[in-house]
Amino acid sequence: MFPAAFEYHRPTTLDEALALLDEFGDNAKLMSGGHSLIPSMKLRLIQPEHLIDLGSIDALKGIRLEGDAVVVGAATTHWQVESSAEVKAALPLLCEVAGVIADPQVRNRGTMGGSLANSDPAADWPATAVALDAELVCRSKSGERLIEASEWFQDLFATALMDGEILCAIRFKRLPPRTAATYQKLPHPASRFALVGVSAAVTVDEAGNCIKARVGVTGVHKHAVHARAVEQALAGQPFIPDVIASAAAVADHGLDIGSDIHFLEEDRRELCRAYVERALKQIHQRLLDGDFQSK
Amino acid sequence: MKHQVSITVNGTPYSRDVEPRLLLVHFLRETLHLTGTHVGCDTSQCGACTVRMNGQAVKSCTIFAVQANGAEVTTVEGLAQSGELHPIQEAFHECHGLQCGFCTPGMMMAVTQLLDRYPEPTLEQIKHQLDGNICRCTGYHNIISAVQAAGKKIRARDAATGLS
Repeated sequence: MFPAAFEYHRPTTLDEALALLDEFGDNAKLMSGGHSLIPSMKLRLIQPEHLIDLGSIDALKGIRLEGDAVVVGAATTHWQVESSAEVKAALPLLCEVAGVIADPQVRNRGTMGGSLANSDPAADWPATAVALDAELVCRSKSGERLIEASEWFQDLFATALMDGEILCAIRFKRLPPRTAATYQKLPHPASRFALVGVSAAVTVDEAGNCIKARVGVTGVHKHAVHARAVEQALAGQPFIPDVIASAAAVADHGLDIGSDIHFLEEDRRELCRAYVERALKQIHQRLLDGDFQSK
Repeated sequence: MKHQVSITVNGTPYSRDVEPRLLLVHFLRETLHLTGTHVGCDTSQCGACTVRMNGQAVKSCTIFAVQANGAEVTTVEGLAQSGELHPIQEAFHECHGLQCGFCTPGMMMAVTQLLDRYPEPTLEQIKHQLDGNICRCTGYHNIISAVQAAGKKIRARDAATGLS
């Protein structure tokens, strides 16, 4: 399959990329790893006249620790996150998520920023960005803008990114002591997209009561969302199996879940509840094991 | 507008003028006539088109040749050296890690990365690291045996030559 013809641009600085975006506007498409965009172009679902490849802009790549935050450049690949010793020490949940995205070849090319900007309803990163209330750092010619993950995802494949803006980095605040986390997903057998994916982190006090639960769900709603009903059901409660079971039982409350080619609505709701329960049980075990997000 | 690209494939540098929409797999197969790299699903799922680009296993059906400008690419044709099969090729042969052979070039290129990253892979690691390669014949049993055998061969070779 061949995409429709286009002009190819490979800026090496962010300013150059912003100038190209300004010049070509609606006729341009930004490309990071290209592992959602190129397949869509091959199917001619998207036919940009100008393709702006962000893959040679060093300022968009890499991972750094800034105070209590892990900042991931938008064009950092999943593999770079998966294999980063710094991330493993500072926020291991990110390594866990990165390691189960798609497959090794895709992880070598696909990027965190590309995934978040595409806002595929079944993508993996959005669940964690939402669960951890990540901040998305965007730049345009007029300056920088920070957007909260829960505001970022607006609809199917629709985000709060405005014309003329480029997503540059994602800031994750490190998690407090006595926090355990996990990402549990049911992958589609061919594409490995999440038919349901649950990213969760639970902080407990010394007595084992839940101080705060953060739960992000992908794959079931039109975009990744907080499972607020679960977070509320856990807050202030002892983090024990009975409470976990009753919190997971309301996981699909408030979510807009429909039927599709894979599942009927009721089955998808059941999967959502089951994977939230699976994630919370895994966290419970990790808390017992002392497997915390901050060492 | 065509772009000039310079891509080193299996150690040989090539410069060609290409349309931006030309995919790397078609550059390899149709421009350079290296047809060992296969097009399977053409939707980034099956892995038959896997090659190494700057050391990383990638699906060449999902990369434009212009993105590979300046890159070093290794295809299945680059595995054997001086008429000697690569240990991974030997292991696939000996363990019969194939039936129809269509997925095999991509499978072996994915295995080169797998064994670089996990020199002594567990069964679970082998399965997880081959998630991006689909085989419709074998049921994977002999492919997994081939990966284990190839790992042993490479470790023995490296030990014999003093590499770690």
